[in-house]
Amino acid sequence: MFLAPAVALYVIFLIVPVVQAVRYSTYDWNGLGALSDFVGLDNYREAFGDPAFRQAMEHNGILVALSLVFQLPLALGVALLLDRRMRGRGLLRVIFFAPYVLSEAITAVIFLQLLQPDGLVDEVLRGMGLGALVQLWLADLNLVFYTLFVVITWKYIGFAIILFLAGLQGVPDELHEAAAMDGASSWQSLRLVTLPLLGPTIRIWAFLTIIGSIQLFDIVWIMTLGGPAGASSTMATYMVDQGVNSYRIGYATSVAVILFAVCFVFSILYQLFVLRRDVRGGTTRMAG
Amino acid sequence: MKIWKLLGLAALVTAAATALLTTTTASAGGKEQSQTLVWWHNVTQGPGVKLYKDIAAEFQKQHPGITIKAVPLQNEQFKTKIPIALQSDSPPDVFQSWGGGGLVDQQKAGKVADLTKYVKPWIKSIGGTAAGWQVNGKQYAVPYSVGVVGFWYNKQLFKQAGIASAPKTWPQFLAAVAKLKQAGITPIAIGSKDEWPDAFYWDYLATKLCSKPVMQSSAVTYNFGNPCWTRAGDYLQRLLDAGPFQNGFLATPAQQGASSSAGLVANGKAAMELQGHWNPGVMQALTPENKVPSFLGWFPFPNVPGSKAIPGSLLGGGDGYACSWKAPQPACAQFLAYIDSPSVQRRVGSTGFGLPVRRGTENSVKDPNLRTVLKFRSTSPFIQLYLDQAYSAEIGQALNGAIAKQFAGKATPAQVVAEIQSAAKRK
Repeated sequence: MFLAPAVALYVIFLIVPVVQAVRYSTYDWNGLGALSDFVGLDNYREAFGDPAFRQAMEHNGILVALSLVFQLPLALGVALLLDRRMRGRGLLRVIFFAPYVLSEAITAVIFLQLLQPDGLVDEVLRGMGLGALVQLWLADLNLVFYTLFVVITWKYIGFAIILFLAGLQGVPDELHEAAAMDGASSWQSLRLVTLPLLGPTIRIWAFLTIIGSIQLFDIVWIMTLGGPAGASSTMATYMVDQGVNSYRIGYATSVAVILFAVCFVFSILYQLFVLRRDVRGGTTRMAG
Repeated sequence: MKIWKLLGLAALVTAAATALLTTTTASAGGKEQSQTLVWWHNVTQGPGVKLYKDIAAEFQKQHPGITIKAVPLQNEQFKTKIPIALQSDSPPDVFQSWGGGGLVDQQKAGKVADLTKYVKPWIKSIGGTAAGWQVNGKQYAVPYSVGVVGFWYNKQLFKQAGIASAPKTWPQFLAAVAKLKQAGITPIAIGSKDEWPDAFYWDYLATKLCSKPVMQSSAVTYNFGNPCWTRAGDYLQRLLDAGPFQNGFLATPAQQGASSSAGLVANGKAAMELQGHWNPGVMQALTPENKVPSFLGWFPFPNVPGSKAIPGSLLGGGDGYACSWKAPQPACAQFLAYIDSPSVQRRVGSTGFGLPVRRGTENSVKDPNLRTVLKFRSTSPFIQLYLDQAYSAEIGQALNGAIAKQFAGKATPAQVVAEIQSAAKRK
């Protein structure tokens, strides 16, 4: 009975909207008037058939891959460095973590200024004699998405570093000592002792990063609105474009449901196959 | 045990709420004439703020018993909030309306009041501008400020490039662009990030190439089979091929910051920009001195010789107000009439807030450029509403997106027409 208020809130603010969304997604509805134009699964058919939406999904996929491939080694490397005893360690940690504290909107506006044609980035490059590298960072259709990836990495890398640092605290020094005693090189010690023990942390980070990459919206919306010509769109920017700008509420809702389904299914599978052993405490067995 | 406490609390709250409700009803019933008009507008800065306060105060004085409750909202917020509010049981009584396809959608859903009988005595005094706010010949909203899109240009840079007078025809315009380029001046600034500035070019070329009946029927039948639509894209392509825009224009916003397209023209970094009548105000805020640049001039979009359009046809649009289905009448219609009264309209012009629609108040506009805009507006044989506004939001946005693709080199003129046609079929 004491659960009742919590359950009620959960049902009212989570379950009901999800069910409603699924219902709206089967109508052609512009947000005005009654739901009358039932179209079944047509909205879903249209979404998967729309090259613009497929492009947006592709961008989300690329972002997931890029994040895992580049951010993981980068964050891990920095975390390992910052884990050593050295002067100014606290300050360096603050510097790496600071971007994460900034809001997405502020980050986006700052980089928007830096990346203007002939803006600070261009001028610095020219000043270093690297003028040939100057690009239309946000206006080049082939480049804009990667520019955004760099901004996103700058913003979120601090979070990964902090997570990994926390994970490293949990690796007992005794294990390293024992490994050294057995004649392990520092590389072997890292590969065979540190990384396996960091496994649960890395898996959690990967989970959060993948979900974040699938739902990415703010930074893209402020910096490019998903443009030029859809070159930096994500599923979320596509959804807002269709819903808020075109008033195709029914259709945009079907995109929202797709987005939800992708995240939901991914979460379940990830829990089942990747996080399961962490929950069971399998890590100690692995390290042993 | 606890549940009883909770229930008790709930009962108390309900009782209090009921008491509150009854007292308000009672007080409303006490004075029979007491009515409130909730007024949603998008004026949050500039000269309109004071003007709107005055309008509300004056109207209340003239109509005892009617209270105006103004709710200013940011423009972007406005567009997302309006459909939700109209869907609810307590919509605003008076709200901003840009006419066209958006108004048609609201009318179809029964969310706006038919004002025809209330405005009949005076609607003729605002001339042809009323047409954009009609649906099937009935008035569902009334405009208070209507402007047209044209080129805002830097007279000094034009002179520097050896251009004697503002171009009147499309070939003259292309020649001027070439001359500016030769002189090392960026001919045109454009805010392609926002997409709608791209659409101005395509919309305008269509207005200058298609006949009036073709333009007008397109918003009803959504048939783009006439070859003039593709030709608009062909003409546009010739301009795009000349490379007239600033470096990186695809990522440039129209209005934010000194590096926006308006900022580039305001600071002498580009020679012209195709924009609406609001542009001097936007530019002013983007200059270090906070002044409308003295070099600024205005000329209308050039005519295309030998086309079926009436020369002098313009692309434009404006601001108006609608009454929701729930608004108290005739109070709401009276308020709209007051906004379009000569006294208020003259102040719309004199404060630089907008371009008044009431005949005989045009002289109140002081800015020489805006006077030029008004001169062309009032003598134009045909003013086409911005196409993204004239069409239903869905088709208008699809059109803007397709045009933006052409600007990015990702669509041909034929593909632009095919995209909008397929968006129209979905409807």
